[in-house]
Amino acid sequence: MTLLEVDNLVKHFPVKGGFFTGGGVVRAVDGVSFRIEAGRTVGVVGESGCGKTTTAKVVLGLETPTSGTLRFEGADLQTLDAAGRRRYRRSVQAVFQDPFASLNPRMRVGAIITEPLVVHEQLARGEARERALRLLDVVSLPERSIDLFPHEFSGGQRQRIAIARALALEPKLIVLDEPVSALDVSIRAQILNLLRDLQARLGLAYLFITHDLAAVAYMSHTVAVMYLGKLVEFGPARAVATAPQHPYTRALFAAALPSHPDERREDVTLVGEVPSPLAPPPGCRFHTRCPVVMERCAREEPPLVHTDGRLVACHLYSPTPGVGPWQPQRAAPGSLTSPSFTTGGAP
Amino acid sequence: MSTPMSPSASPSRAASLTLAWRFAAFHAEGFPVLPTLILLVLVLTAVFANVIAPSDPEIGTLGERFRPPAWQVGGSEKYLLGTDHLGRDVLSRLIFGARVSMVVGLTAVLFAGAVGTALGILSGFLGGWVDQVIMRVTDTWLALPALTFAIFLAAVVGPSEMNIVIILGAVYWTRYARVIRGEVLSLRERDFVRLAIVAGCSKWTIMRRHILPNVLNSAIVLGTLMLGVVIVTEAALSFLGVGVPPPKPAWGLMLADGKKGLMAGYWWLTVLPGSCIMLMVLSANLLGDWLRVKLDPQLRQL
Ligand SMILES: Nc1ncnc2c1ncn2[C@@H]1O[C@H](COP(=O)(O)OP(=O)(O)OP(=O)(O)O)[C@@H](O)[C@H]1O
Ligand code: SF4
Ligand SMILES: [Mg+2]
Repeated sequence: MTLLEVDNLVKHFPVKGGFFTGGGVVRAVDGVSFRIEAGRTVGVVGESGCGKTTTAKVVLGLETPTSGTLRFEGADLQTLDAAGRRRYRRSVQAVFQDPFASLNPRMRVGAIITEPLVVHEQLARGEARERALRLLDVVSLPERSIDLFPHEFSGGQRQRIAIARALALEPKLIVLDEPVSALDVSIRAQILNLLRDLQARLGLAYLFITHDLAAVAYMSHTVAVMYLGKLVEFGPARAVATAPQHPYTRALFAAALPSHPDERREDVTLVGEVPSPLAPPPGCRFHTRCPVVMERCAREEPPLVHTDGRLVACHLYSPTPGVGPWQPQRAAPGSLTSPSFTTGGAP
Repeated sequence: MSTPMSPSASPSRAASLTLAWRFAAFHAEGFPVLPTLILLVLVLTAVFANVIAPSDPEIGTLGERFRPPAWQVGGSEKYLLGTDHLGRDVLSRLIFGARVSMVVGLTAVLFAGAVGTALGILSGFLGGWVDQVIMRVTDTWLALPALTFAIFLAAVVGPSEMNIVIILGAVYWTRYARVIRGEVLSLRERDFVRLAIVAGCSKWTIMRRHILPNVLNSAIVLGTLMLGVVIVTEAALSFLGVGVPPPKPAWGLMLADGKKGLMAGYWWLTVLPGSCIMLMVLSANLLGDWLRVKLDPQLRQL
């Protein structure tokens, strides 16, 4: 069942320029479509500034989209009434990157993790405490944590507190914006395993944002690769990780994962800086850094097309317009319905 | 996680290192022991004034006018610190004066603090036209010289302790509003505020539960620093005759009454209340300064 459908999402931030430079818009997210199935994980990867957090904020209702639609369980969020929005709020929770900034330093852990409950349900004090203890147990924190303040915990423990809070309302989707990036390497696996356990036990769906390609391959059913506000590749996690198709994805994963010995994979590495989202390059946004750039890349923007069981936006895979009678299937926005995406690969 | 900063770690702290500061701030691990003790003594004096004071501060004996302190020629043990132009016991007046200063100072600081903090939070968190309006008013207010403004208001509403508190609150709330707004602007970008929105908290709940507790430290620091300013202003208003009305023993009033006797050598009528004002203000400032370094979220690691 499709939980969340994001269709052609655009988020532009107007920025004030200097006296002479004039203003502009940061094209943080520029036409992104994907869907999240119930109980599944969509991983989002891409370099810093490509719009991952902005996408997450729009999904969380922290930013209003410039255009595009979000449908939750089939209902367009923009047309929801107050009760519907409230139900959406309950169903979508979040865990953020910095465990030191995401917990109010003046609140006790018990109050922190039951706050969503207290807001949505009129809970008696004793009952809230009961629920808090149960949630602490779910994330394997000792009972006595309930009366402590956040500063008495380590980063990993704080992230457990943040997860307990996100679970309080029994949501259907949790947005994880780099949930382990700020943690010690030794603790990351623990938190990731906890998240996977919780998914198996509670049937949660995750929107898992990360820089860490090994983590995304480990955690996700489906992977979305973003570059400068655009989706460049979207497909089953195993396929994308082991046989990336888009030159950008290839470069990303070549650096991160050892390739299969039977597999021939040219080791491309990324050079140069990500261009500014204030003035993204015309045509394919990746053409300024692409190792296999072609003449048409700077002129034409490649559409997302189905290839090898996934969607890729690159002219290597897109048809040459007007050549021959053969036209491969093009993915219209919002029609990412290839069976391979709904089933996904086992992570 | 918070590590106490050494005083020298703060540049603004270094700037406030005056000679008097060095002299008065007897430090034990950075804590200003002497100023705190002085404030404590003053508070106790204010609370127990009617127990400690040897005689009535408002009723004098005309036959005993201008008696010098007990240790000077002509002094009497009955009047340890001498008497004033109406024959009232200076010591008792100083003791009750502490009460006046404390009551006026603390209530004015609380009043200004409550108004300024509330408006600062609204301004910083809500933004938009609310912010525009509050900040315009604040800027206009801050452009007026505080003492002149206070004198003007006092002249309009007339002298009484209650009015003084209101005037001081009306003059000084802007200091809080400015500082608190700045802090709210950075707080509201913090993840825990975003997560509160995700959790479904209303704006009101977020301001009350997430913003207010996190600006309270700054408000307290500011309050301690403002205590000195407020007490000096109160003394100045009383000195000018638009503050605490006469029979009451306010330090500023005592100073005003005593200045005529200065030429005649009645030094105790001015030096003593003047010293009291100075001690109280200096102590409050030193304590506030220390608190600022200790509690300032900018300097403290969370
Ligand atoms: N409120 C804003 N105003 C203006 N520009 C913004 C705003 N928020 C984000 N941006 C810009 O939008 C772009 C995308 O930002 P975003 O935070 O979504 O990136 P990200 O993929 O999460 O990066 P990172 O991996 O560093 O977290 C960046 O260039 C960023 O500077
Ligand atoms: S469209 Fe061209 S520039 Fe863009 S990724 Fe493909 S080959 Fe490279
Ligand atoms: Mg981010």
